[in-house]
Amino acid sequence: MSAHLLAVWAHMADSTLFWLCFTLLAYLLAVTVHQRAGGNPLLLPVLTAVIVVVAFLLATGTPYPVYARHTWFLQFLIGPATVALAIPLYGQLGRLKPMLIPVAVALLAGCITAVVSAVAIAWALGASFATQVSVAPKSATMPIAMEVAGLNGGLPSLTTIAVAITGIAGAIMAGVLFKALRVRDPAVQGFALGLSGHAIGVARGFQINETAGAFAALGMGLNGIATAVAVPLLFALLALF
Amino acid sequence: MPVLLAIAVLFLMQIVGEALVRLTGLPMPGPLIGMLLMLATLMAYGRVPAGLRDACHHMLKHLMLLFIPAVAGIMVYFGTMEGEWIPFLLACVAGVALTIVVTTLTFKWMLKRVKAPGP
Repeated sequence: MSAHLLAVWAHMADSTLFWLCFTLLAYLLAVTVHQRAGGNPLLLPVLTAVIVVVAFLLATGTPYPVYARHTWFLQFLIGPATVALAIPLYGQLGRLKPMLIPVAVALLAGCITAVVSAVAIAWALGASFATQVSVAPKSATMPIAMEVAGLNGGLPSLTTIAVAITGIAGAIMAGVLFKALRVRDPAVQGFALGLSGHAIGVARGFQINETAGAFAALGMGLNGIATAVAVPLLFALLALF
Repeated sequence: MPVLLAIAVLFLMQIVGEALVRLTGLPMPGPLIGMLLMLATLMAYGRVPAGLRDACHHMLKHLMLLFIPAVAGIMVYFGTMEGEWIPFLLACVAGVALTIVVTTLTFKWMLKRVKAPGP
């Protein structure tokens, strides 16, 4: 009997159907828990779901590459989903037009804060140069951040972790910060979320509403470009001293 | 049919975006260029077709689902950090909090300035 079960499991553990279904169920569970808890920010669905997935992988001794191979479809959809961000953005163009200068100034201030604060904190706490470069582009979207870190002498694998932690931390803390700063405008909330927390911030923005999601997409896109310019500039400046 | 067409359009925009990145050597991800192309196309077209709106609405509502495999990958790299994880973690967490505060306040302050023009 148990030999049969083991054979069934061995088959499941190497099937795309099982891992896609498992990830979907983990996500649905995480969303349900999040809603039941009245939207508690600590129960961010992506974080809860990842904890469930990682715990299950460890418990069953499944290597991550096997899981990644079978869930390639979800990772593949990130591309078309990024293109799809243009649709809510298009819907907000009317609101955006009179805001162009505030958006530009907020982008400049936010991008410089993101890069300088990360490097300064890492430096002050004694991190190596490679670590400082690796955290510098942490607010940019994953592919840009990895490229920027690699080009400037950082470690792209370390940058992936920094980007993920930044996005999750930003999405968790944003609600409390907005309340403390008394910001209710979904455009401002969304822009700050996308600028500081890239795609995870955008996903958090869509939890607020369509407007916040659209402005988060705008913040993410603009800060991706700005970070690619700001990081090499900062390290060129630091090299002068 | 309209939904299938919408999906084809999204793929097509991404393909053109990826091709443009390869051609120009820009350090940008192809999908981001695809998003800009999609935006330009919508502006030229003048409205969002219903099929495209429906297809994208559902996809964007559950954006977090798509990141689960990538974020789970962190566990593979966690061992590479060794002794530097405290500065690393603080740079990320404190850095992002500061970024949210500065961006929010700047945006709010600038909006007020634009809305209430000086003498």
